[in-house]
Amino acid sequence: MAVTLKTVVLDSDRCIGCITCMRRCPTEAIRIENGKAKIQYDKCINCGVCVRSCKGGAKRPVYDSFDLVASYKYKIALPSPSLFGQFNNLDDPNYVIEGLLALGFDEVFEVGLAAELVTDCTKKLMADGGLVRPVISSACPAVAELILLKFHELADHLLPVYAPAKVAAKLAKRQALEKGIPADDIGIFFISPCPAKVYSLHREEVSNEKNISGVLAQSDIYFRLVDKMNKIEKPRKLGKCGYSGIGWGSSGGESNSLGLGNYIHCSGSRNVLELLKEMSDGKLDGTDFVEMNMCSGGCVGGVLNVENAFIARNRMRQLADKMKIPPATMEQYGLDEKFFIWDKAPELSTAFQLDPDRFKAMQKLLKVQEYLKKLPGIDCGACGAPSCRCHAEDIAMNGGTLDCVRLEERK
Amino acid sequence: MSDCIRLEYDVDGDNFSSAGHASESVKRTLKQMGVSAASVRRVAIAMYEGEINMVIHAHGGKAIAEIYPERIDITLQDSGPGIADIDLAMKAGYSTASENIRSLGFGAGMGLPNMKKYSDEMKIDSTVGVGTTVYLKIGF
Repeated sequence: MAVTLKTVVLDSDRCIGCITCMRRCPTEAIRIENGKAKIQYDKCINCGVCVRSCKGGAKRPVYDSFDLVASYKYKIALPSPSLFGQFNNLDDPNYVIEGLLALGFDEVFEVGLAAELVTDCTKKLMADGGLVRPVISSACPAVAELILLKFHELADHLLPVYAPAKVAAKLAKRQALEKGIPADDIGIFFISPCPAKVYSLHREEVSNEKNISGVLAQSDIYFRLVDKMNKIEKPRKLGKCGYSGIGWGSSGGESNSLGLGNYIHCSGSRNVLELLKEMSDGKLDGTDFVEMNMCSGGCVGGVLNVENAFIARNRMRQLADKMKIPPATMEQYGLDEKFFIWDKAPELSTAFQLDPDRFKAMQKLLKVQEYLKKLPGIDCGACGAPSCRCHAEDIAMNGGTLDCVRLEERK
Repeated sequence: MSDCIRLEYDVDGDNFSSAGHASESVKRTLKQMGVSAASVRRVAIAMYEGEINMVIHAHGGKAIAEIYPERIDITLQDSGPGIADIDLAMKAGYSTASENIRSLGFGAGMGLPNMKKYSDEMKIDSTVGVGTTVYLKIGF
């Protein structure tokens, strides 16, 4: 799959060429070239860490314009659980749903409800025993991309089930068609907390003309939505999502809902990387389920949220206490596991291989070793690469000479 | 240019969390060479078990990886107490690890058996009071 889609672009005028984003990028996908931060998109997992860390606001997440919604006759909004944590003093989730309807949507399908169905399906698959353990949640697209990029040995552990947003879209589309609405009139829009979901849903759904028509940003619709919500006096009881589904917006929500004893949940890019390394050494053997979220705190930590992740978590927990609806089941919706299981396994990325030919790759690695003996190993970033190792690899891959301030000083 | 990539690591005997550093760096190299996921997994587990063994039993040692296009040779060398009865040590579940070590979740007696399971060839040279060297060969 050629990577033509970008979810984070650079505003060159604002980039001062500092090394903050390059340092924090969990996949070492950023270089400073000619004083500007350049993303190597084939290694980018769209996690948004660079957006969060940029002091000058030079990193811009990309998403669809709200204006796109108007071009469909029957508009369906898919709010993610994290959206419900963004509002101060919200004591009823129905205000958000009414607000979205007031914004012009004809229907709201809560992604939290689809998450409850995903939980039910996962429980059945876990009980069947056919999955490679520990099973890794595939709900966070940045984590899934990271595994496909750097941890191929763990790819067969990924839960082969669609993420809740896709399930919500599939179900919403089916229900709308059943109501007799023409397929061309239906526009389904996911409201995303993060660039990773924008990217993955664009690549898999929007580009393939599947169920999702566009992906909006929570931060972009926030003020329009608050404006509408403030005008609602008493919302109707429209929400179908319960405490279990809304819990998915926070790290741990997915695994808690499975009712397992031996599981791990972890969030934040550094923690996720460390845990993946441990897993790859076989240290998590015996664990049933591993939920990882690239953003600290879970989806509420995504860079397209408005509120601080931990404040939002507190609000969502209090809201969940009021949402007494028990988790939805596949049976209620007349679904079986087939509705949820991937039609095909995702492709592994070879972007970290130094050469498709193993002998040539080895020659390059020998060069890397040779360069590493010369470089100081202080990972200062002044050359424009995040570490001496990366600089050595870049030169071994692309040619050129070592460009190191410390080497210059020694001369 | 030499025909193999040689990586050498000191394994710190006082630090459990340092075990895995050699395995981590070898994994990066193998992945960059395009070695299959299944082989990377075998190497990672065998090497990590070897590192842990050196930490638990021998106050550390040296881990050497020699990577060829079609295989990796791993040498794990320590100056620890040595293994008195290698056949017994190879038995699944047999361990001389202390209670303290076991309480940390190590010392289940699966180290050497796992290293054998995940490698194509394994050889142990050991002299009581002098030390142990484990040689592993894993094809890709």
